[in-house]
Amino acid sequence: MKYLDEYRDPAAARRLAGAIRARVTRPWTIMEICGGQTHSLLRHGIDQMLPEQVTLLHGPGCPVCVTDAEIIDQAIALAATPGVTLCSFGDMLRVPGAAGSLLGAKARGADVRMVYSPLDALALARAHPEREVVFFAVGFETTAPASAIAVLQAEAAGVDNFSLLSAHVLVPPAIAALLAAPDNAVQGFLAAGHVCTVMGDDEYRPIASRFQVPIVVTGFEPVDLLQGILACLVQLEEGRAEVENRYARSVHPGGNAAAQAALRRVFVPAPRTWRGMGEIAASGLDLAPAYARFDARTRFRPAAPKAAPAGPCLSGDILRGRLRPTVCPAFGTACTPEHPLGATMVSAEGACAAYYRYRRAAA
Amino acid sequence: MSGPFCPLPVADEGVIERGHGGGGALTARLVEDVFLPAFGAAPSAPLHDGATLVVAGGRLAFTTDSFVVTPLEFPGGDIGALAVIGTVNDLAMCGARPLSLSAGFILEEGFAIAQLRRIAASMGRAAAAVGVDIVTGDTKVVERGKGDGVYITTAGIGLIPAEVAIGPAAVRPGDVVLVSGDLGRHGIAIMAAREGLGFEPPVESDLASLAPMVAELIEAGIAPHCLRDLTRGGLASALVEIATAAEVELRIEASAVPVSDAVRGASELLGLDPWYVANEGRLVAFVAAADAAPALDILRRHRDGAGAAMIGRVSAAAGRGRVLAETIGGLRVLDLMSGEQLPRIC
Repeated sequence: MKYLDEYRDPAAARRLAGAIRARVTRPWTIMEICGGQTHSLLRHGIDQMLPEQVTLLHGPGCPVCVTDAEIIDQAIALAATPGVTLCSFGDMLRVPGAAGSLLGAKARGADVRMVYSPLDALALARAHPEREVVFFAVGFETTAPASAIAVLQAEAAGVDNFSLLSAHVLVPPAIAALLAAPDNAVQGFLAAGHVCTVMGDDEYRPIASRFQVPIVVTGFEPVDLLQGILACLVQLEEGRAEVENRYARSVHPGGNAAAQAALRRVFVPAPRTWRGMGEIAASGLDLAPAYARFDARTRFRPAAPKAAPAGPCLSGDILRGRLRPTVCPAFGTACTPEHPLGATMVSAEGACAAYYRYRRAAA
Repeated sequence: MSGPFCPLPVADEGVIERGHGGGGALTARLVEDVFLPAFGAAPSAPLHDGATLVVAGGRLAFTTDSFVVTPLEFPGGDIGALAVIGTVNDLAMCGARPLSLSAGFILEEGFAIAQLRRIAASMGRAAAAVGVDIVTGDTKVVERGKGDGVYITTAGIGLIPAEVAIGPAAVRPGDVVLVSGDLGRHGIAIMAAREGLGFEPPVESDLASLAPMVAELIEAGIAPHCLRDLTRGGLASALVEIATAAEVELRIEASAVPVSDAVRGASELLGLDPWYVANEGRLVAFVAAADAAPALDILRRHRDGAGAAMIGRVSAAAGRGRVLAETIGGLRVLDLMSGEQLPRIC
């Protein structure tokens, strides 16, 4: 299959792993930002091909994982509001807030729907003018443009029973926050290829320069990942700290201008609380004042109880790359994908779920 | 039966009403007008609460399954064919030759009788193709809004040849693992139809009876040690269940597992793992290594086994069974799916 098989070629992967072993002279710590990359690394056993000096830390790039419990509780409160149909992506429905999960709310009778796109939620609103359809908008720069387009289409078509509960988040402020932490151990980053496909890679240059870290835009298949890791290690060994695009078949300079224009029109940067990382300035996207009527928070003012104090879940430290899932005493015992204690065990992009799925019994 | 009996379909035959489940004249008309002609029941057979079957001395396999699927008609099949074939395949996995089925219908008030007729006809065709009779049944009607059109429960019995003993207990180290064709079509076809995802070319369900190929294996003297049809949970779940029950370790060669480009493409887009996606016409067979080549020949002679492949082997006895897949960088442990697979976000 084109664009897939050549990037899963075992011989090419082994050659790159050999090049990495030949190039590394001392210990380095690299973080892959995106949870999709974490899963691919573990699924294909890429981490097992790397020399011992290379430590991979798994970053916060899992949209479901970083969504704060308080927003989930707002979504649950909205779903329980009479007349409201609440839509979101599949994984988001399973994540526990303080007041249970959206799937739990659905089982208790709330009208909660899984959709593949915010445009599906908009179509639902048009088909059911008697319902208030709220799209629980999660995700990074990858999913935010589709939310923006849905709002623009709703505006154009005069649909007034559609709104967003925005939990959208932005990658660069999170990378800067990780690097600014006094105990930061990350020396180089693999930037998320799909986010850069939308946004381009320009916004990473000031970060690379300010914190003196290489940032390599990387894809998701085994060969992509090994190329990104090799490029990052070569920069580290040579003492360079540049932004480098190793996913050029998808990421073009400047990114997707139409998607960025939709984002700028509909959203404004806003402070956002990240699970495990606290509030980060200008790291979220909320609806711009001109589109406030499509903001579910303005429209319904959902009351949510303050999140319960954190339980035994270590997902905050795991999302910051400080701990590996397997060191958690609850991992694989009290906390499993069937009974997750935290979001990192729920999501298809969460680090704990990746270790549970691919590594648990091999250890 | 009261009134004239008209077996011909009429243009506007209305919808299911509560009375169709009442056990009276409407129920009788539904049975005689829709189900019996579709199932090809012998006109001389008296209608009764149960069927009487004559069986020779021997072992019977007995199974039941309920079918709820949205949409009711999907590319490559419908709930009727699924209800017959699903139960037939469960019997075949015991090595049994399917004999008779029952069919229970839960219909939703307001359901179009024309569509019910199509579904019943599809059941009749599927049963005839396999050579199994639908000999008894039941119909109930629930209020509008309390069902998804139609739910079907089928039960089936089949005769197991004397020498056959198929099950995890017969799996041995050294056995090879075969699949009868490419994986994941049914699950992707249903998801595409349900969510209006238009794949080009469209993915069709693999829905197919596995009984003929199993019968031929047994007739050829190849006694599979274990068979499993790869329905919900897909290949990976079936392998994990068998490895656990048989207390063995399986080694699966990832590159040998057949998945069509269409299913791979759709799975990549949706973030699904085709090894966990449902099938309705695929089996996994554990056979002695010496039987691998002739068994593959037999499977491949069947239209629905043309893509059969050897995907791995039983590498060792292991107190705690497990399944290892060989990947680029090392071994990956396969696990049971937790809940249902959900599409990824980005």
